[in-house]
Amino acid sequence: MADCIIIEVKHLRKVYPAVVAVDGISLDIFEGEIFGIVGPNGAGKTTLIECIEGLRKPGSGFIRVKGKDPVKDGYALKPHLGIQLQESALQDRIKVWEAVDLYASFYTHSLDQKILLEQLGLAEHRDRPFARLSGGQKQRLFIALALINEPDIVFLDELTTGLDPQARHATWDLVREIRSQGKTIFLTTHFMEEAERLCDRVAIIDHGRIAALDTPENLIKSIDAENRITFTVGIKENFQPESLSGINGVNRVETRGEGFIVYGRGDELIKELVGFLTETGIGFSNLNVQKPNLEDVFLSLTGREMRD
Amino acid sequence: MRGVWKLTLVEIKLFLREPMAAFFTLVFPLMMLFLFGSIYGNKPVAFFGGIGYVDTAVPAFTAMIIATSGLLSLTIQVATYREKRILRRLRATPLRPQAILSAQVMTIFLMTVLGMILLLVAGKWIYGVRFSGNAVSVFIAFTLCSLSFFVLGFVLAGLLPTARTAQVAAMVIFYPMLFLSGAAIPLEVLPETLRNYTQFLPLTHVVTLLRGLWIGDGWGDHLTEVIFLTAMLIVGLVVSAKTFRWE
Repeated sequence: MADCIIIEVKHLRKVYPAVVAVDGISLDIFEGEIFGIVGPNGAGKTTLIECIEGLRKPGSGFIRVKGKDPVKDGYALKPHLGIQLQESALQDRIKVWEAVDLYASFYTHSLDQKILLEQLGLAEHRDRPFARLSGGQKQRLFIALALINEPDIVFLDELTTGLDPQARHATWDLVREIRSQGKTIFLTTHFMEEAERLCDRVAIIDHGRIAALDTPENLIKSIDAENRITFTVGIKENFQPESLSGINGVNRVETRGEGFIVYGRGDELIKELVGFLTETGIGFSNLNVQKPNLEDVFLSLTGREMRD
Repeated sequence: MRGVWKLTLVEIKLFLREPMAAFFTLVFPLMMLFLFGSIYGNKPVAFFGGIGYVDTAVPAFTAMIIATSGLLSLTIQVATYREKRILRRLRATPLRPQAILSAQVMTIFLMTVLGMILLLVAGKWIYGVRFSGNAVSVFIAFTLCSLSFFVLGFVLAGLLPTARTAQVAAMVIFYPMLFLSGAAIPLEVLPETLRNYTQFLPLTHVVTLLRGLWIGDGWGDHLTEVIFLTAMLIVGLVVSAKTFRWE
């Protein structure tokens, strides 16, 4: 990752009559990274991204995108930005190819439309009207419109909301593909898993403030949460769960139904546990390791579940 | 600039694909013409001041198309585009706001012109409609009337919160005005007492102006209508500039 700052936000504040949407946020986004803003609905994600896109005037604070003010220099900046809006639509009867052709006409420089439609898997739907596309196809079309001008920065606001898991995974691959072309990606999501799998760095925001900002790995490490390992054994009566307490890193062991749950910390924990179980020859199965995730990070930072 | 033309072209295509809009602007006026034309014909009669029914119907139905375009099509279109965040998506491109709105206005204007041309061709071809005015004057008046009604559409779309309420409000204003203004039914047929009230309707001014210029009246004969419609245009522009919302 080049250490070149492409988006700079300082002390950004945006107040609506009833709510403080963004309450003093500062961020630096580096060229070529996938940066994610995560947080529950209403945390201020969309306000933040739309201020950076230049679609909303910030109340106070400082924003520079490629060294330009997105409000004042909006029209100089827009040819270099690719924007996908949350919950947007196109005209019901506009065909896929017409939409791409139309949006291409708004820019002096645009990509080859045929190749773009093929890359996004829309070539066979090019004559289909917008209203008859599936949720995943609509989102892919919006990605196509965001990429048509070959932007340097791509903004994706809640890209996968409302998509089924399969379409969501396909969309993640697409986002990685876009990054591999050297573009910077700024996205918002309320799926912690999405942020964890996709983003190089993540800012967790809540009530318009940044609660934490780092790589997903570092964020997870920072809360020092326990791993949770579950397994079952062949003949339960032959196994004394207390015997596991001696293993390095194990904090406690619980018996749950037919199986056992081991809580503990450390990189060696799983190796040691498996080694121990193999040595005793007890014959274990259904081993499952649950590592702490961003969901746990959010919980530990805010004391609340992410679920709305 | 290329973007504005492309957007206009796409909007025209979409308009023609939308059965409701295309029907009321392009087909319905023709149906009215054929229906009433077949009943009354186009023989000059004293009742219409020495001209035929179709001679009065072509400018009157043109007024109907203008009201349909401005009050129904444009109101519903702008309110729907706003609600579905289509306008907002367009704003995220380098296209200027005035370009986005110009494309909408140009589209609806061209469709209104097309509606009038269809009426003219059918009137001329089937009923031998008579025209004794100045074509340029009629077109200028047509443009003034269209713009003043389009602005009304923007005002309604701006004042009303949702596409649904904008549509209902547009219809509530449109239908009574259509029948009371002389656009659908000749003014001569309406009772005198009713006409005293309906002469103040915006659409009545459109009908009177277009019918007058059609038979060769001068602008001087229609200063009231011109002033009224120009004032409506200016006030509408001011109000819509204040009330228009992109989202």
